[in-house]
Amino acid sequence: MNIEEVHKGSKLLIDGTPYNVDTADFVKPGKGRAIYRLKLRNLVDGSSLDRTYHSGEKVDEISITTQECQYLYKEDDRYIFMNSDTFEQFFIPESLLGGKAAFLKEGTVVIVMMMGDRPLDVNIPTFVELKVIESAVATRSDTITAQMKDAVLETGHTIGVPVFIKEGDIIKIDTRTGSYVERVNVKK
Amino acid sequence: MSQAGDERARLSRLKPNLVRRALVGQYIRDFFTGQGFLEVETPVRMHAVAPELNIVPLQSEGWLLSTSPELHMKRLLAAGYEKVFQLSRCFRKGERGRLHNPEFTMLEWYRAGADYRQMLRDTEALALALAGRLGLGTTLSYQGQRIDLTAPWPIVTVRQAFLDAARWDPVSCYDAARFDDDMAIRVIPTFNPHRPTILSDFPSEAASLARLKPDDPAVAERAEVFIAELELANAYSELTDSVEQRQRFQDEAAQIEREQGRRVAQPERFLAAIEHLPECGGIALGVDRLVMLFCDTDTIDDVQAFTVDTV
Repeated sequence: MNIEEVHKGSKLLIDGTPYNVDTADFVKPGKGRAIYRLKLRNLVDGSSLDRTYHSGEKVDEISITTQECQYLYKEDDRYIFMNSDTFEQFFIPESLLGGKAAFLKEGTVVIVMMMGDRPLDVNIPTFVELKVIESAVATRSDTITAQMKDAVLETGHTIGVPVFIKEGDIIKIDTRTGSYVERVNVKK
Repeated sequence: MSQAGDERARLSRLKPNLVRRALVGQYIRDFFTGQGFLEVETPVRMHAVAPELNIVPLQSEGWLLSTSPELHMKRLLAAGYEKVFQLSRCFRKGERGRLHNPEFTMLEWYRAGADYRQMLRDTEALALALAGRLGLGTTLSYQGQRIDLTAPWPIVTVRQAFLDAARWDPVSCYDAARFDDDMAIRVIPTFNPHRPTILSDFPSEAASLARLKPDDPAVAERAEVFIAELELANAYSELTDSVEQRQRFQDEAAQIEREQGRRVAQPERFLAAIEHLPECGGIALGVDRLVMLFCDTDTIDDVQAFTVDTV
């Protein structure tokens, strides 16, 4: 594609590595040639890259497909997923999932963005419900002085919860902020 | 929210800016008519524009949309009009960003018997007159910075600005690609954020339609005005030598065809008229950016009711 068509959110392949365009600035002296300044995020390791392009230059756009998948289980630092349509299994390394791994429970359905058969990014549900497996019982002084305490979730991740949450409670979490929303406690 | 709801909310939010924009237009007219300038209107559609490597005109039924009213305004000067100004719509293909929309408003004014320094003095007076009438006094408050508009505005030569910020001299060894990149990335960001900056005496290779300095022909009598890193205006002592003007246009057209495969027609009526062009100064000022400064916003989308994305 032409550099003129690149915008925020475009996905580009640069030197064999996929990047997301985080910002695209158009800079042009009145009589001078246009400069396109891109802030890019490496979709494999999350690192940043600044690149400058000029009018008429070409860049490689990645064609992205999306696929509904189910998270199955974790093996070392690999997260095993299953394609909901073909039932094929594949893995995504922990490094690609980043903080999202903390909210993945076996059976969770996610949307995976793929470049060919290579997973690039995972969209997890905005809200997830997870069981608290460990949380200190609040003491009387805690209930007076502290609003929040730590709780360990079934995924092994620790978040802050209100003091009334007990082990075995199921709580709703906003995955965009990683914060507690409410107690659910649906008996299953 | 629905698309119509989005638009209603956006236009409602922009109303104070659009009110101020209308005032700026009214006060600009007052400023120039008060000094004996004649307001003129020249065509938006034309057969040829000034050939420029980095300014691409939009097409309309085989004609071109104006990239600047400059050539027609100079034809008026060549016929004896001495002080003219115009607020006009201009179009430049592909120019879209935080400071650009392909359709925008340009203020141009020309004075017979003047040079680029007079045009810069006019610009200082205009900015101060507008700020005063908008109740701002002599100081702009822009993006958290205070900008003192008191005249005279600091002037730096292109040569000195590049030596200071980019460590090379574009006057003695011009490199067009490096010049444009360094201007945007290295030079402009070093300007004093609390004062306007006038960048003066461009290399002769970047003279455009300005005459070369009689006592230093390595540079042109061309200057640009910047406020808060916004490129606001471009002033010339106008080139009145018809032979040199034709040669520059032909060289530019050849380069455009060589590098971009774009064939450009020469503005023959302008080239014929320039033989009668008196010594004069001219300047073009981006009105949208001026309004951005007065509205304390960093995006052109906040001072146009409808941009190319919302048209």
